[in-house]
Amino acid sequence: MDINQYMGMFLEESREHLQTLNSCLLDLENDPGNLTVLDEIFRSAHTIKGMSATMGFTTIAELTHEMENVLDMLRKGTLAANDDITDILFKCVDTLEQLVESVASNSDTTIEIKPLISKLIAIAKGELVAADSVPDSRQAIVASESEAVAHDCVELDDTELNVVHAARKQGLECYQVHVGLRVGCLLKSARAYMVMNALEELGEVIKSVPAVEELEKENFDSCFEVIVLTTAEAEKIEAVVLSISEVEQVEVFPSVITEDTASAPTPPQAAAKTDKPVEVKNESVAANKTEKPATNEHADKKLKSGQSVRVDIDKLDSLLNLVGELVINKTRLEQIGLTHRLSELVETIEQMDRVTTDLQTVVMKVRMVPVGQVFNRFPRMVRDLSRDLNKEINLIIQGEETELDRTVIDEIGDPLVHLLRNSIDHGIEHPAERQAKGKNPVGEVRLIARHEGNNVIIMVEDDGKGINADVIKQKAIDKGMITQAEADKLEPAEAVRLVFLPGFSTADTVTDVSGRGVGMDAVKTKIESLGGMVDVETKINGGSKFKIRLPLTLAIIQALLVNVSEEIYAIPLGTIDSTINITPQDIKTIQNQEVILLRGQIIPIVRLANVLNVPTANKQSDEELFVVIVHMGENRAGIIVDTLIGQQEIVIKSMGKLLAGIKVIAGATILGNGQVALILDVGALKQ
Amino acid sequence: MSEATYSGNDIQLVVFKLGREEYGVSILQVQEIKRITEITRVPHSPDYIKGVMNLRGSVLPVIDLKKRLNLPPEEYTDDTRIIIIKVEEIVVGMIVDAVSEVTTIDQNSIEPPQAVVGGIAADYLSGVGKLENRLLILLNTDAIIGMGQEVKAS
Repeated sequence: MDINQYMGMFLEESREHLQTLNSCLLDLENDPGNLTVLDEIFRSAHTIKGMSATMGFTTIAELTHEMENVLDMLRKGTLAANDDITDILFKCVDTLEQLVESVASNSDTTIEIKPLISKLIAIAKGELVAADSVPDSRQAIVASESEAVAHDCVELDDTELNVVHAARKQGLECYQVHVGLRVGCLLKSARAYMVMNALEELGEVIKSVPAVEELEKENFDSCFEVIVLTTAEAEKIEAVVLSISEVEQVEVFPSVITEDTASAPTPPQAAAKTDKPVEVKNESVAANKTEKPATNEHADKKLKSGQSVRVDIDKLDSLLNLVGELVINKTRLEQIGLTHRLSELVETIEQMDRVTTDLQTVVMKVRMVPVGQVFNRFPRMVRDLSRDLNKEINLIIQGEETELDRTVIDEIGDPLVHLLRNSIDHGIEHPAERQAKGKNPVGEVRLIARHEGNNVIIMVEDDGKGINADVIKQKAIDKGMITQAEADKLEPAEAVRLVFLPGFSTADTVTDVSGRGVGMDAVKTKIESLGGMVDVETKINGGSKFKIRLPLTLAIIQALLVNVSEEIYAIPLGTIDSTINITPQDIKTIQNQEVILLRGQIIPIVRLANVLNVPTANKQSDEELFVVIVHMGENRAGIIVDTLIGQQEIVIKSMGKLLAGIKVIAGATILGNGQVALILDVGALKQ
Repeated sequence: MSEATYSGNDIQLVVFKLGREEYGVSILQVQEIKRITEITRVPHSPDYIKGVMNLRGSVLPVIDLKKRLNLPPEEYTDDTRIIIIKVEEIVVGMIVDAVSEVTTIDQNSIEPPQAVVGGIAADYLSGVGKLENRLLILLNTDAIIGMGQEVKAS
């Protein structure tokens, strides 16, 4: 079998399952007794094991196998999850991630898994648990118990329960038989078959775990459970089964499913708290039962999301390109219709326009992915970070279903990591400090996404100490970025924005000031390169709020086409406030900067022809000038152009690596006549 | 022309003219050859970049090859062509005075570039090929595109 063709699928699915493992482990950490979560973790680990074994990645399979052993014990309640265990499981997931990535990058780096495996084995034996983590006796009991309750209480479904009840009325007893084969037993399936046969002679076997088919395939370790209805006594059963060679251990006890426990389910949380083995047994059965619907629900959800098709992003990109081409050609047809006054053509094009618009929306939607894909990895990061920093943090994520273009999703991760780290590292105070301030010792960081018009807003909010504008000002003055006079003029809100200045972030800033500024300019640049904006609001001791505004899509935008001499440029409509006509006399100068007065506001103006070095000379006449008022965050500017051509839908095309560094130009587009027009990067216009 | 023989040493070249000299670029790098079309000037780009053009829906930069090689400019004629080449995922157009032919040349007949050939810095050349009594100047497309550090004309 050529495994390479499955490689992509393997990698994607592994990453998905690792993500699930991460988030479920977090859940488990908060709620150690949650069986649904454990099941989910087990399933994911199991899938990874299966896939990697098939693909021949034995290290991954080996590690997941050992994880599975521990998880299985957790699931069965023979081991109670604690911080040490989850920590090690987290480490396992990290290592698995590394392993999967090394497979992806085809690198030969060996990743050591032996220490982890030995730890897992130790946990499975109950050693580590008893040794270092648990001073109280409860855990010790659990550890020593693990032998006695090493077998699960077999769960019966309704039909089976009915059979049991009917049998009981006839005086039959229901026993659970735990059979352990000698370790290293060859022909396990044959032994199992013999056991089953022997039990069938004594009574009726109603269930076995694993199922009979699995036993036949030897899909079990060394022991299995059988539920049998019989008139024979427990001792008899034990003797019969033990007489079969290579059966090492037999335990027979009345099946714990009585009408009482079945009809009076105990809340699942109880299972985790109980001390006595018997109770553990009973209640975990009950817990299993009550948990069941939840599991099913989960399975349903899975099923639903399974009805999708995995498509290579390249294919989507080329589909989008084709739609883009279509839009260009449509625009071209429109122009032909208009210039030649062909009303029939114009009508047809109007209809076509509706179709292409729909088509465009659909293609756009196909490319949309929920931001949850990015947000998913943050709980883990926040957990690790808060541990490292000894802070208690509650991360609240809202609106993870908000959808964004795939290209944006891929890029937004790093800036968000930056902002979150900042909030946690510098925003949230230590628990003691918080308490002293009368705040909840547990800090709160909120990550919120939502739609707002044609934009998506992502906010990172904390309830930490906020940013001190004066400190920021002082820092900027020290660094020579602004003068004292400039600083005095700054409103606090503006001063805080200084953190976005390039160069503001240096190592020494991190420690001196509340630290805001670690790569904030990098965050800003990234967001702006995505066509978005970032802003900050802060309140001393009330926390800070970073607000990112992103366009829904990057590929097709509305733009205003303008003429500068012979050249045509496109200005994204999203950045335009308005267009006005002025006369040259309206232009005043303040400190050598040309400005105009618009509704009482002073707006600096930019002559596009100068900025773009347009070859033909500027016409300096008394004619009216067209000014496009654009905004960049809070700032506005007027751009003088020769003529306005009109609003049009344009498809953004990259100009390739060779021309990527040009500041004023954000990209290019193809006009209806096939000509290339450049798209202005409004943000870079005002120096 | 002698019949093309395809031995392991042979390479095929697209031969084009700049001024009076003949140049060659490996046919494997050439994607297509277009007549001169409308080219949009890109502000703040290096001076040897003529602008960007539309090649069936994608936008690609066009290099004014003569300017790049410090050769005197000439008016465009009917023979002027844009050779579209692809070098390591980068697709660019190069304006040349004329494209004459596709020819095969033995690799052994290529000599390393002399310090200066026809006033062109050796950095932009990968060698000079001898073909009967003609000389073909082979371009170093990586350097032309400006990959890695900028090569200064001496």
